[in-house]
Amino acid sequence: MSRSPGRKQENHKISRELFVLTYGALVAQLCKDYEKDEDVNAYLDRMGYSIGIRLIDDFLARSAVKKCRSYSETADMIAQVAFKMYLGVTPSVSCSSAMGNEFSLILDKNPLVDFVEELPAERASLCYCNLLCGVIRGALEMVQLAAEVTFLQDRLKGDAVTEIGITFLRKPEDRKHKRN
Amino acid sequence: MADEALFLLLHSEMVAGLYRAAEQGEGENGRCTTKLESMGFRVGQGLIERFTKDTARFKDELDIMKFICKDFWTTVFKKQIDNLRTNHQGIYVLQDNKFRLLTQMSAGKQYLEHAPKYLAFTCGLIRGGLSNLGIKSIVTAEVSSMPACKYLKYSIISPL
Repeated sequence: MSRSPGRKQENHKISRELFVLTYGALVAQLCKDYEKDEDVNAYLDRMGYSIGIRLIDDFLARSAVKKCRSYSETADMIAQVAFKMYLGVTPSVSCSSAMGNEFSLILDKNPLVDFVEELPAERASLCYCNLLCGVIRGALEMVQLAAEVTFLQDRLKGDAVTEIGITFLRKPEDRKHKRN
Repeated sequence: MADEALFLLLHSEMVAGLYRAAEQGEGENGRCTTKLESMGFRVGQGLIERFTKDTARFKDELDIMKFICKDFWTTVFKKQIDNLRTNHQGIYVLQDNKFRLLTQMSAGKQYLEHAPKYLAFTCGLIRGGLSNLGIKSIVTAEVSSMPACKYLKYSIISPL
């Protein structure tokens, strides 16, 4: 077989497709096992949480980033470094509250739904990418940042973009009292 | 390269989650393995389609098995199969001495009884890939000492 120079790129793309396809097969299996969308969403969130608490180690080891000093730095780090590293996309970050603890990541291209055309009619409230929410939540918890992560908008449900909302739960003043 | 970590974590979570759900629910162990294998089958079908889009036609079954051992395994697990044996009558044994999904678990006999759970998905992956290349088969796996494992592929020969 001849080897073209673009082969390495292709291989990289295919190993990402392995993850996307596996995720799709997983969601399909869960839809067969559970009747209610909420059950599937909760299961995906829990799985994401378990993955997130381990992924953070991998992320910190690979990226060697310095400590984030504010919530907005953290949100930027997630969007620009973590998403780029694992999914190859860079969502844009916007702060949506005056207190500075609510952010949204806006993804116009979501690699997880590459092979999904649309949600089936009987699964209208399924959050297909709920795993991502769990992963972010788990990862943040391991660096001592409690947060709530949910999907605010989802392209699969008809919205224009996919938007993930991160709400940091502890007030910024509390961080001063933590020991370094 | 970072994708590898994602897939490894997702896979171990899938196995853990399915078995946990089975313990709380029906308590049937065999079904979990079937579920994992069928997931792997679907993924293998899709993956091999995208992978072999531009490759030349395969000459025979041995050629296909060599492709699985070299290119397919390298793309999915970042290394080649270490040993391929066959009896030229449809049975192939693929041996991987350092299987990526088991290296993090143990290096020896510890947790040997849990190893088959982590091989079911890959069995399905191989079976799905072969099925889309036109070979109907049964794929089983065995582990005698982690992280080395063997995949056995038996052809299904349909009567004429």
